[in-house]
Amino acid sequence: MLKYAFRRILGMIPMLFLISIIVFTLAKLMPGDSLSGEIDPRNTNPQYIQEMREKLGYNDPLPQQYFRWIGNFVQGDFGKSTRFKIEVSEVLSERLPNTIMLGLTSIIITYILAFFMGTYSGRKPYTFGDNLIGGLNYLGLSIPSFVAGVFAIFLFSFTLGWFPSNGSVDIGTTEGTLEYWLSRFHHVLLPALVLGLLSTASYTQFLRNDIIENSRKDFVRTARAKGTPERKIYNVHILRNSVIPLITFLGFDLVAIISGAIITETIFTYPGLGQLFLQSVGTRDYPVLMTLTMLFSFLTLVGNLIADILYGVVDPRIRLD
Amino acid sequence: MSKKKSLLKEAPLLEVKNLETAFDIDGTYYNAVDNVSFKVKPRQIVGVVGESGCGKSVMSLSIMQLLPKGIGKVKSGEIIFDGISLEKMTEGQINKIRGKDVSMIFQEPMTSLNPVFTIGYQLQEVLFNHTKISKREARLKSIALLKSVGISRPEKIVDEYPHQLSGGMRQRVMIAIAIACQPKLLIADEPTTALDVTVQAQILELLKEIQEVNDMSVILITHDLGVVAEMCDEVIVMYAGKIVERTDVDTLFYNPKHPYTTLLLGAVPKMDEEEERLSSIKGIVPSLTNMPKVGCRFANRCPKAMPECFTTTPMLADVDQGHEVACLLYETSKPREGVK
Repeated sequence: MLKYAFRRILGMIPMLFLISIIVFTLAKLMPGDSLSGEIDPRNTNPQYIQEMREKLGYNDPLPQQYFRWIGNFVQGDFGKSTRFKIEVSEVLSERLPNTIMLGLTSIIITYILAFFMGTYSGRKPYTFGDNLIGGLNYLGLSIPSFVAGVFAIFLFSFTLGWFPSNGSVDIGTTEGTLEYWLSRFHHVLLPALVLGLLSTASYTQFLRNDIIENSRKDFVRTARAKGTPERKIYNVHILRNSVIPLITFLGFDLVAIISGAIITETIFTYPGLGQLFLQSVGTRDYPVLMTLTMLFSFLTLVGNLIADILYGVVDPRIRLD
Repeated sequence: MSKKKSLLKEAPLLEVKNLETAFDIDGTYYNAVDNVSFKVKPRQIVGVVGESGCGKSVMSLSIMQLLPKGIGKVKSGEIIFDGISLEKMTEGQINKIRGKDVSMIFQEPMTSLNPVFTIGYQLQEVLFNHTKISKREARLKSIALLKSVGISRPEKIVDEYPHQLSGGMRQRVMIAIAIACQPKLLIADEPTTALDVTVQAQILELLKEIQEVNDMSVILITHDLGVVAEMCDEVIVMYAGKIVERTDVDTLFYNPKHPYTTLLLGAVPKMDEEEERLSSIKGIVPSLTNMPKVGCRFANRCPKAMPECFTTTPMLADVDQGHEVACLLYETSKPREGVK
């Protein structure tokens, strides 16, 4: 297993290299550049602009620019944000905890809801309860998150006033106190619910269908013939088989925790990486944008690796070597 | 158990009376097993033969209450095992009997074991279900059981997963699970169909050996008449959900009464005859939705069919001592006055 993981990690290097070329090329293909962020905004002298362009290396051939960027990148120098005028790593580390908090809360809510609804529906298919859950799930699946987000803000923030509609923490709370953390949790709950809506629905249906399918398998009949109680058959024999396909999602979820949610974070003006990403596109903040894209790509590869390794852990038929 | 033998000899271990098992097809229930009655005595091996779709498996699943939920159900009849009725038991009650007093092995060893649990876990589960036993004891017992069904290196196999074992090995594991609690009755539903011929013989030999050592009764469902000749004491021939003939094994082979039995026996290929084509019975078993309502269900395939076969339903009745047949060729099967 270790050998397998090591080989996979080695295999990521050429992959990341290719991704970096694509990311860089795409960034350069975008209209406009961040020049305006790098120069004195009061000086509009064309000669000065030309000079600065030359000086910043914007006129160098693309390969040269690429290698300058990637060279610094692998040494841990992600560049300076043209918008915030501080190191990219600093910008990211400011936002990262918020995003992780949102992602984790959302995933925990998703898993708990999907587990209970999925196992219930799978065990009692085609009953009223199952149909109700199924109906709600399809509703959840068919509502885009920007609609659900706006609606949730309207209902729960403005009308009912249960949750704050924006930000990640109340102004005026001191960092580190219980009040501070409660406030953060209070802020994260609504976006987390909206964010989890879609995946809760799909996980529930996946789990349900897999449980129904597995409950018709021969090994279930064997377990019943052994005198194993129905509850144990579902909770042990069937469930253990039904979680295997869901492992794929776990890998993606790990990525989602960190990569944040562009739409949800933007709607809730929640200061996470997703919001940062969208803002960086808008302000042509290439150093931040490229670093984020590289980070997300890297995490996707890691997430897939983790999913593959977990497959080997939960399914004895899959051997990793 | 041998001290009880004489006492149990008279009383049947299992008595099935007028069993009707139905399946739900598009909202209507159709009988897959129709009015079946038979007895299994202690230590007896009863063979059940018939073509595919005759209700053999359904009948055996009915005894264990293992019919697919929501689709199949026992409509009427009694299943009396060791003096207790099984058919009206709740799930919790029958679970105390399943795997302990009655156990079952299935046709498909490849899929009958749970792929994600070790052999040891699946074997110990039946022990934990029915006996108070420590984990260590259960492990030792499961190794001993694997050894008793002829698995070499049992202490290694116990920690392996089903996919690491061959079909024959898995069926041995299934047998080990089935006999773990020394049941009084073992139902073997085509235990060798999915295995290759050499392994088939080994598995049957093993079953016979275990039956003798453990003093248990066996219901052996098969469509291999060779297996029946080898293993069974008594034979039930089923056709389209009904028993058409029931007798001891010698009588069946030397003096079959029902035309269906005769044709079945004729379909067995013989070593000393050179035939281009294997003989078969023309036609197919009628489907559940297409079952004749009156008359003999075999009539349209029967070479000896008479006009009355299509209008009168034959009854299963003794022609000779201990030889029951349901065919209008015999006086005894004709409905008597006042009897339906």
